[in-house]
Amino acid sequence: MDSEKTSIGPNMSDTDTPTGNSAARHNWLTRIWHWLNLLCLVTLLMSGLTIFNAHPRLYWGDSGNVHDHAWAAVASGPDDAYIRIGETIIPSTGFMGHWRDDQGRIQNWAFPSWATIPGYYDLAAGRRWHLFFAWIFSIGLACFMLASLINRHVQRDLHMQRDNWRPAILWRSVKTHAKGQFLHSEGGAIYNPLQKLSYILIIFVALPLMIATGLAMSPQMNAAWPWLPEIFGGRQSARSVHFIIAAALVAFTVLHIALVLVSRPIWLVKAMTIGQKRLSAENKS
Amino acid sequence: MNRRREISRISRRKLLGSAAIGAGALLSGCDQLSGNAGFRKLLSKGEDANFTVQRSLASRNALAAEFGEDKISDIFPANGTRYPNLPAYAKFAERGFAGWPLLINGLVDNPQNLTLEQVRAMPSQTQITRHDCVEGWSAIGKWTGVRLSHLLNLAKLKKSARYLVFHCADTLGGIPYYESIDLIDAFHPQTIIAWNLNDEPLPIGNGAPLRLRVERQLGYKHAKYLVRIEAVDSLTGIYGGKGGYWEDVADYEWYGGI
Repeated sequence: MDSEKTSIGPNMSDTDTPTGNSAARHNWLTRIWHWLNLLCLVTLLMSGLTIFNAHPRLYWGDSGNVHDHAWAAVASGPDDAYIRIGETIIPSTGFMGHWRDDQGRIQNWAFPSWATIPGYYDLAAGRRWHLFFAWIFSIGLACFMLASLINRHVQRDLHMQRDNWRPAILWRSVKTHAKGQFLHSEGGAIYNPLQKLSYILIIFVALPLMIATGLAMSPQMNAAWPWLPEIFGGRQSARSVHFIIAAALVAFTVLHIALVLVSRPIWLVKAMTIGQKRLSAENKS
Repeated sequence: MNRRREISRISRRKLLGSAAIGAGALLSGCDQLSGNAGFRKLLSKGEDANFTVQRSLASRNALAAEFGEDKISDIFPANGTRYPNLPAYAKFAERGFAGWPLLINGLVDNPQNLTLEQVRAMPSQTQITRHDCVEGWSAIGKWTGVRLSHLLNLAKLKKSARYLVFHCADTLGGIPYYESIDLIDAFHPQTIIAWNLNDEPLPIGNGAPLRLRVERQLGYKHAKYLVRIEAVDSLTGIYGGKGGYWEDVADYEWYGGI
């Protein structure tokens, strides 16, 4: 990829590129939404793990309980614990299902206190955190989707052009990533095809699915919209899908942060925050 | 170039370091916030919104899903009280709950003093529904009972009645179990006082001999071991004042629709 053409972030010009001197910044809406999402992701994930701890078993179908087969479960005993996924057993003594709290006491909750909100088991509090930030998250997502369609951020920057779908182009993008060059794009676009694809999948598929599967677990919503749990194959399937996508979002976030760190962390963080300032430390070098 | 790499390595370390410090502060902050009454109140605004929005999305009589016989759970879990520790309860259990009382009083014109036999003789309905526990699990069971609305029509609610309080024969940690619902759920066509589970008299673990089924709410709302239904105009002053055992003891939401 031609390095002069590499760019990230809107309003690109030569000086706005990662190899240029100044950092362009994203639209204010994108920036606010990005950090609001971080807050929501962390609180929703960690309070969600508190709720999961109340019943650390996942099922397929309409119903499922201790007497039914769980496709995934955390099993804890007095001496040890393990995670079971399908028929695969992963010993988890020490970090899940059997761990010591900061007072040295053995705890048998699936996820340890550092991973949950609150840091002690309180299902009612976990649910309050979860359902409060679910509102913030859902309203934020709806506003962002609407605004980025209106201001054409989606059509301009995220839209996968027909070219982008060509296997050869996608493969080249994979190869470029594999070589450690992450800030490349195709045909003068802001994002490369893999970036576009992952952002679209996250914003328009994964995040809305989190809301839909979350609502599908609500008995009152089930009465209002009986088709909602059915599209996921039942309430317990919706709960499983909710958990699987949550895990995928964690993976996305880890990868996202890792790519920022190995690319140009300061430049990229500035693009998502204050932007437009000179990167003085890098200029002096 | 080398120097540049070094700088970016330092900034990476700085970034990671501050992220770790931030995460630590966030965690202990969250616990402090969770214990803070004002913050809990703020968080509960989300639940208030759920109640308002969900109630407006679902029509008054929107029905909970019903399932076929093939979907009935092999074993319906018993949660909370498995066997009420009242000495009188064991005596009733020994004789098949003959003469078990069900009182309907409070803000009613025509208080009812019924027995299990009288309740079972009332017009009944059967529904196969999914029970959703607040913990996350579900079970499907076939419930038979009398519509609560039928009982309320007999007792004739006063105009001032706004809630129904369900008094139970069991205690948890020495505190009597109770629950409450408003009149929208009370008059819902699937809200029944059930005496059968899967065509058999209710097992003791599932609330023998009478329990509430309020199908659009979570499991803890479905009071078991019912002895009295009281019509009231306000929930304050009844036990802890929050409308239910778990609501009083552990801050569960009074509205169990989500």
